[in-house]
Amino acid sequence: MKHPRRVAALAAVAALALAVSGCGSSSGSGGKKSAAGFTAPDVPMAKKLGTKEGAVSILAWPGYAEDGSNDPKTDWVTPFEKATGCQATVKYFGTSDEAVNLIKTGDYDVVSASGDATLRLIAGGDVAPVNTSLLTNYGDIRSFLKDQPYNSVDGQMYGMPQGWGANLLTYNPDVVKPAPTSWSSVFESSSPYAGKITPYDSPIYIADAALYLMNTNPDLGIKNPYALDKEQLAKAVAVLKAQRPQVSEYWSDYLKQQQAFESGDSVIGTSWQFIVNLIDADKKPIKAILPDEGSTGWSDTWMIAAKSKHPNCAYAWLDYIGGPDGNAASAYYFGEAPANTKACDVIATTDKDPSFCDTFHAADEAYAKKLWYWTTPVSDCLDGRTKVKCTTYADWTQAWTEIKG
Amino acid sequence: MLWLGVAYLGALGALFLAAFWTTNEFTGDLVKVFTLDNFRQLLQLPVYRTITARTLGVAVLVTLVDAALALPVAFFMAKVARPGLQRLLVIAVLMPLWASYLVKAYAWRGMLSQSGPLSWLGISPGYGLTGLVVTLAYLWLPYMILPVYAGLQKLPDSLLEASADLGAPALTTFRRVVLPLVFPALVAGSIFTFSLTMGDYIAVKIVGGPTQMLGNVVADNYGVANNLPFAAAYAVVPVLVMLGYLGVVRRTGALENL
Amino acid sequence: MTMSRGLRAFLVGCTAVVLTIVYVPLALVLLNSFNVSKSFAWPPSGLTLRWWQAAGHSTGARHALLVSVEVGLLATAVSLVLGTMAALALQRARFFGRNAVSLLIILPIALPGIVTGLALNNAFTSLFGLQLGFFTIVVAHATFCIVTVFNNVQARLRRMSESLEEASADLGARPFTTFRLVTFPLLRSALLAGGLLAFALSFDEIIVTTFTAGGHEQTLPIWIFQNLFRPNQTPVVNVVAAALIVLSAVPIWLAQRLSQEVEGAVSAAP
Repeated sequence: MKHPRRVAALAAVAALALAVSGCGSSSGSGGKKSAAGFTAPDVPMAKKLGTKEGAVSILAWPGYAEDGSNDPKTDWVTPFEKATGCQATVKYFGTSDEAVNLIKTGDYDVVSASGDATLRLIAGGDVAPVNTSLLTNYGDIRSFLKDQPYNSVDGQMYGMPQGWGANLLTYNPDVVKPAPTSWSSVFESSSPYAGKITPYDSPIYIADAALYLMNTNPDLGIKNPYALDKEQLAKAVAVLKAQRPQVSEYWSDYLKQQQAFESGDSVIGTSWQFIVNLIDADKKPIKAILPDEGSTGWSDTWMIAAKSKHPNCAYAWLDYIGGPDGNAASAYYFGEAPANTKACDVIATTDKDPSFCDTFHAADEAYAKKLWYWTTPVSDCLDGRTKVKCTTYADWTQAWTEIKG
Repeated sequence: MLWLGVAYLGALGALFLAAFWTTNEFTGDLVKVFTLDNFRQLLQLPVYRTITARTLGVAVLVTLVDAALALPVAFFMAKVARPGLQRLLVIAVLMPLWASYLVKAYAWRGMLSQSGPLSWLGISPGYGLTGLVVTLAYLWLPYMILPVYAGLQKLPDSLLEASADLGAPALTTFRRVVLPLVFPALVAGSIFTFSLTMGDYIAVKIVGGPTQMLGNVVADNYGVANNLPFAAAYAVVPVLVMLGYLGVVRRTGALENL
Repeated sequence: MTMSRGLRAFLVGCTAVVLTIVYVPLALVLLNSFNVSKSFAWPPSGLTLRWWQAAGHSTGARHALLVSVEVGLLATAVSLVLGTMAALALQRARFFGRNAVSLLIILPIALPGIVTGLALNNAFTSLFGLQLGFFTIVVAHATFCIVTVFNNVQARLRRMSESLEEASADLGARPFTTFRLVTFPLLRSALLAGGLLAFALSFDEIIVTTFTAGGHEQTLPIWIFQNLFRPNQTPVVNVVAAALIVLSAVPIWLAQRLSQEVEGAVSAAP
């Protein structure tokens, strides 16, 4: 499954990030200190590459490492095998939680980790720091994806960025007039589109309401939509409860979303660029914007298991999937902005889709900066507040049940 | 055999033991210390009562709809149709069981859509409770027809004829003769429709609109929130309901008609 | 049987309407497998054979189908053995707690799938420390499939007189010989019906499977579920479903051929 389940697993992460921040001092002295205040365990980093082991075991979100078994034309794993001699076995996982558990078995070499799993993997000592000088294609990765709080600790990268995407304000221009400019169109209490609004079905959607409040109600003091104290959470929940009667359905899989927009069962809500493209391809009216106040989004990174049995092939995979061809194929299939600057040219020529990167704002740093990437809410406030305790993902889940009623 | 029974009961027992635990907010690990917090939360927050009531209501409705549809069909199959047709009808009823549950649910999503085939006929329930009841009733219908058909087959024709000979109108025969005798079979079918409805969380997402059912809360707490204890605690509710139901219907002999 | 014309017409009408309702969505699935639109837009904007071709090339679907068939067969085999044994034990022996055992067998199917799934998942992973996979799916499926065999066999046994077995014993046959030559042939159609239903239950099960499959094995329903979330794969899923509907006639037809009395036995199911 695609994104839905990824958000699904935020909870476990919450707990872990907490654990980490709580007992950071007990980890090895050689560890690295993260901005969030935890110390990463001291996992050795590869100094140089050796002979390839002839095999690599990949743990991936469905759609990130297609080997042609679902569609012979969708295959960018086989070219990798031919080029490197590393026979790849691909396992898909459904949730970040599952990925973290599978990595711990030691059976896998690389994993595509989302922002809600990365810190957990780093803190748990499950992934190794990545020596980016060994990755020939690392230089082509967009700078705003490097050394981010979700994929690095104290300037040390822990992986190869894959791609990112935004949760967009999406609407049917034939029905929604005038065109919306802000998230208030889905959150205001008496919407003219009542009964046709479609929010994302996950507790993490509370962050969208928090982001809305951040702009409309600055007195609440929300600085980061993933760092809400009790009172702020209650306010965000109130917004969502007011939205509830106007909801046509909460969506979690793209087919549902696509159908609902095409049939007119939903006319406005949160969506993803590639869903918008699919609807567009069916020649149905659809528009998506990133409102000025910004939005939430996701960003994924490929990481190498600390216990990897095939580290050299693992590096080869990272280099390939972050390289122009691998990154282009996976990001194009998955429907997200590729991390590699050269991937755009490949997509333009191979897939004959020159506008792909523009559509996904792949090169637009200002655009990317407007996004609050999915992060797990933890009780040590992510915005640096120390006087209050923030609400955790468990609290959010509870609240989400109550919102839906 | 007994091993399986013990293993299954053991699994259930372990699950309900877990309902009294909690997760460590720190590590996400289970904290194996006895606590009633999960149950307290279940009882105190009105949202869970609402969801339970909604789920039960849907289960009852689905069962009634299925019973109403299954009776005439099963009766026709068992008592009217000739053997050849009868065999064909059994196949016709069994066949949909082989089509994927998910695909059928998505087919209903298409049917119920505001611009779907149903709206051409002027009916457009849209996604929500109505659509959910319709879809679930559709999905579980064979599970109701088959036991009722089996029950009716066992009913001797002579009884119906005797009733008719005594001058009873068809409706009276149905009410006084058929219904009491086929009742255990109906109950047997209802065990399926009831339990399947109570545990469903996938069809709800597909056709239920914003509706949330018991199954969703359990699945979300386990899969999304990684909170097994709370999921286990809430799973106690359908177990109690089903055990209670089985206890009540045991006397009708329905369990032997499953 | 004598019946007023009006009543007969009413019953025919009802049956026709219900069957229509049952088959219209299935027809829609079939139609959609030719639909050009990738999201089954209604009405279809055009027809194509593209998806059928794509499905034919999908090794993922083929592998999942294979897993499903294997799981189904194994689970059915296990339930046939255990279900028959249980039914024989309960029918022939009158022991304390007989009702309790019968209730126990019914429980896995009477309790919602999510409860069974969660309980087994918890037991497999935390009690037995098993890695979720093929084995756990089979065990889970067998758990809820036993009941169909059990009930069919039990119903047959109840109608069967014990004198036959007694006669066999009197003639000096050992218990196993009696079972092989007398009991089993009498049970055959009941076993067939129960087994068929068990296989069907296992084949389309998704909720319990979701909880017991882990990340490695994919049964067909799980494959379908995952591919509904993959871009551009939904039409292929529809094709697989359409093919399944058509193919499902085969096992049912086979069963009919295998045993003339199967319709009587199927009627005792589920």
